[in-house]
Amino acid sequence: RSGARIRAQVGSLCPASRVVSALPQLTPSRPANLPCSLPEASPCWSQSGLAGRGRQEVLKWNGWGYNDSKFIFNKKGQAELTGKRYPLSGMILPTFKEWIENTLGVNVEHKTTSKASLSPSDTPPSIVNEDFLHELKKTNISYSQEADDRVFRAHDHKTGHCLHEIFLLREGIFHRIPDIVLWPTCHDDVVKIVNLACKYNLCIIPFGGGTSVSYGLKCPADETRTIISLDTSQMNRILWVDENNLTAHVEAGITGQELERQLKESGYCTGHEPDSLEFSTVGGWVSTRASGMKKNVYGNIEDLVVHIKMVTPRGIIEKSCQGPRMSTGPDIHHFIMGSEGTLGVITEATIKIRPVPEYQKYGSVAFPNFEQGVACLREIAKQRCAPASIRLMDNLQFQFGHALKPQVSSIFTSFLDGLKKFYITKFKGFDPNQLSVATLLFEGDREKVLQHEKQVYDIAAKFGGLAAGEDNGQRGYLLTYVIAYLRDLGLEYYVVGESFETSAPWDRVVDLCRNVKERIIRECKEKGVQFAPLSTCRVTQTYDAGACIYFYFAFNYRGISDPLTVFDQTEAAAREEILANGGSLSHHHGVGKLRKQWLKESISDVGFGMLKSVKEYVDPNNIFGNRNLL
Amino acid sequence: MLQRAIQEHPVVLLPSHRSYIDFLMLSFLLYNYDLPVPVIAAGMDFLGMKMIGELLRMSGAFFMRRTFGGNRLYWAVFSEYVKTMLRNGYAPVEFFLEGTRSRSAKTLTPKFGLLNIVMEPFFKREVFDTYLVPISISYDKILEETLYVYELLGVPKPKESTTGLLKARRILSENFGSIHVYFGDPVSLRSLAAGRLSRSPYNLVPRYIPQKQSEDTQAFVTEVAYRMQLLQIQNLVLSPWVLVATVLLQHRPAMDFDALMEKTLWLKGLTLAFGGFLMWPDNEPADEVIQSSLLLHSNIASLDRDRVVLKVDSRDSEVVDGLIYQHITLLTCSAYRNQLLNVFVRPSLVALALQAAGGGKKEDVYCRFRFLRDVLSDEFIFLPGNAVKDFEEGCYLLCKSETIQVTTKDILVTEEGKPVFEFLIGLFRPFVECYQIICKHLLEEEKDHFTEKEYLARVRTFTSQLLDEGASQCYDVLSSDVQKNALAALVRLGVVERKKVNNDCVFNVNEPAAAKLEEMLDGKTPVGKPVTAKL
Repeated sequence: RSGARIRAQVGSLCPASRVVSALPQLTPSRPANLPCSLPEASPCWSQSGLAGRGRQEVLKWNGWGYNDSKFIFNKKGQAELTGKRYPLSGMILPTFKEWIENTLGVNVEHKTTSKASLSPSDTPPSIVNEDFLHELKKTNISYSQEADDRVFRAHDHKTGHCLHEIFLLREGIFHRIPDIVLWPTCHDDVVKIVNLACKYNLCIIPFGGGTSVSYGLKCPADETRTIISLDTSQMNRILWVDENNLTAHVEAGITGQELERQLKESGYCTGHEPDSLEFSTVGGWVSTRASGMKKNVYGNIEDLVVHIKMVTPRGIIEKSCQGPRMSTGPDIHHFIMGSEGTLGVITEATIKIRPVPEYQKYGSVAFPNFEQGVACLREIAKQRCAPASIRLMDNLQFQFGHALKPQVSSIFTSFLDGLKKFYITKFKGFDPNQLSVATLLFEGDREKVLQHEKQVYDIAAKFGGLAAGEDNGQRGYLLTYVIAYLRDLGLEYYVVGESFETSAPWDRVVDLCRNVKERIIRECKEKGVQFAPLSTCRVTQTYDAGACIYFYFAFNYRGISDPLTVFDQTEAAAREEILANGGSLSHHHGVGKLRKQWLKESISDVGFGMLKSVKEYVDPNNIFGNRNLL
Repeated sequence: MLQRAIQEHPVVLLPSHRSYIDFLMLSFLLYNYDLPVPVIAAGMDFLGMKMIGELLRMSGAFFMRRTFGGNRLYWAVFSEYVKTMLRNGYAPVEFFLEGTRSRSAKTLTPKFGLLNIVMEPFFKREVFDTYLVPISISYDKILEETLYVYELLGVPKPKESTTGLLKARRILSENFGSIHVYFGDPVSLRSLAAGRLSRSPYNLVPRYIPQKQSEDTQAFVTEVAYRMQLLQIQNLVLSPWVLVATVLLQHRPAMDFDALMEKTLWLKGLTLAFGGFLMWPDNEPADEVIQSSLLLHSNIASLDRDRVVLKVDSRDSEVVDGLIYQHITLLTCSAYRNQLLNVFVRPSLVALALQAAGGGKKEDVYCRFRFLRDVLSDEFIFLPGNAVKDFEEGCYLLCKSETIQVTTKDILVTEEGKPVFEFLIGLFRPFVECYQIICKHLLEEEKDHFTEKEYLARVRTFTSQLLDEGASQCYDVLSSDVQKNALAALVRLGVVERKKVNNDCVFNVNEPAAAKLEEMLDGKTPVGKPVTAKL
């Protein structure tokens, strides 16, 4: 019998990280000293030491992702993604340069002056109470007061933030940054840290993957107390897997990719795939109410979580059982989910797991225009037959994706491409500047996938949709993983860009998309942006009663004296437009500090007061003082 | 400009309404400029005409009842039709803010129903923006001028009918001078609304379900309506005859041609200085200009051995169709003078206020001004809640023309400003008198519970008597337009109560209030000081 097996997996699944945390903490610096080159056959992951303490060795300190992955224009002036990590890595993208020149008015000759490298003498000194330090040492929790460790955890991945940093760096000024970085290795460590922080009245900012895009990690400039950055990266174990109930109990610091990799070894997955999955952590997902690409099959984080354990200044909050549903007053999980680090540190969570699907298939459908596409998605949602993922890109985003098409090796393929284009535009009469493309991802057992696929394509046909191949579908999803790298490339060529999201009822989707895009264009024009901005969207999730819409916007800031202000104002105007169109303040990016100004009107004064009173009860001294949300 | 606007967003054309031919001419114009021909909201009455109704429908008109009453289904269907037109946006929508043709050539206070409908798609964000285009159409001589005066004097409007139209074709052979059509710049509704309205009043109910508008929104719609009308007014072209008629009315029944010319030229200078949009053929000698406009309006005035005389009889009789001929002439003439009023209304009310306030204390003058503006706000177009600015504008124009001097606390009439001052008072005094007479009538004659119809008939008799006896020279009070406006104003001011009895409106006079208002108009009683007065 295979039942009743609960495998304790402590230490068995991630040897590399165990070694790190098992080391004596005498020298609180440089993971480079650590034996990262363990003879291990696992993927580049553990070798690269992302799970190690000093992830800035592998990750960019002031940009998205890995140090080795970066878009560049090579000697021939063609775009190329360096490194080996992504399917696109090392490939030449012949049409990208032309696209970015035409769409954003970029001139490859005009590069911004390269970012200054980090100099520790520029950073504000670390101010930490000696007594606290003394007590901290006794706990054996690893910590660092080094400048680069602190700076790395002082910001998130909001473009505005990056821009700020570039401008500030030139002038040699810094934001408020954490005074000390702590690496607890387990729940008990966190309890100790929180107790110490309460005792000495210090401010704790939990840090997971650092992928927030709503200024969630920004340190309040006027915080006078010592700021502790509580880095959960060493709490990255899967504590147990329960195959009877299909749940896994994990520590909150484990990243999405690592979690999936380890679960896969035993044939499972969580299926939660936010775009940031390489870096974001379980704790981060819970505290921001994350959403994953395949939520149609696996659900969003609120559907996935069975149990949460959080350490607060008041004590530990958790439920006493793992019942799948309860009627015990308002669900306390919902105080925790979306609390954005203002109430405590999530240390452990039990999440649902599923067997790894037998079969996966990408697909795509081309529609004559965006409106038809939305109508089709609406119908698919109505019939509740959405595949694991279904996204509808508008024309501009389709062209964007197309610009990332790698060089084709054979003449035959390029001939085929030409033929396809001819069929769609000439034979079927689609206007290449109107058509919109839905990308699909099916999952399940082979037979059912094929059946499902047919059903979806049949519906699509009723809305004028034409199947447009697996390849286009796959490339659509690629864009989401490399978009952040593209943003960093843009920054080098006077282009600032950002993404933002909302959710809206079905009947408002088309109007909202049109109006928000138009508003962005108008705002940029009014603010003196020379070249029309990139303003594009996709319907990225479908629900029974509405959809999630995802926008990209970018503009060329050459010739503008204060691009930061233009950027901030345009983004705010777009949000105002969303709200006026019946869209929500956020679908999954959260509120952070970026959207605080609108929270009260979004949830009413009383609702706001409820949240506030929870905060006041749980954390009366504002130990968790990142000042998100409220 | 208009072409670009039409391509970008839905466009609503808002012409002034002086004549039946307004919309036919506009459609013809747009067609000539290769622009999409608008769909036009027209009164139900036209549908009753054989052939013509169909003809109008084919040229883009659709018909609406003048009042919806409580018929919600009618309203729903109608507004959905208009909104669909806008949303799908191939052609502009056109309607008249004034709701009906202005019989007196004054701009009528706006109606909000249709404006509400056309603004709603933007409020609900079904469209990104909507352009409102104020259009000013001015006539040297209005086709229906005599007809209008008959109506103003109480002869019921003939029913629109095809035979009537055929009979009326004779008048088309007469000369009517020129017609000026001025297209104002398209105004973006979005920029008007920026920061004005709360973001999400429509978020919680499906958009196809009609929703009562918030007070905010209603106030905004009202403001937009007035703004559009002020833009229309700005671009209404004034012809030389308007000046001639004004001068003649202040010097009835006759005056020397030379004196007329001198006064008219003086008024021309004043009109231009006050920002009037005057179309004066500068390349012709002044006497020819005046003579030709006298010729065009020979039904009103004639040139007789260097004397210009307002006609008082039609050849043999002083009475035509039961009306006193002189009244017809005077009201026809005032319809032209009325076109000039918009230019002078703010400085004139300041002048009246200054005269009534006794001393020249700025604060007192402002209180008077506010009071007059409030009483007369059905008569002239004022942006709601804009009293201070209106006052400042009036003072500014008077200062600029050196009519008054404004010190920190006082306002004084200058010696050389006397003629302008007197003229301005003479121009607007009649309206104040009208309201006084009507107050008097209500106090003396009106019994309890009267309908509007009864009121109009009685007030007409009362005023004719007054004029016959020579007790008053104020002919404007004969106009049913003024009478109706006054009633509306009195209801608004609480002097008259309005009640609904069996679907009919019944009025009731609040006598103390009426007496008080009459005295205040007279300038005997000081007007209350508004708390909000800030200068």
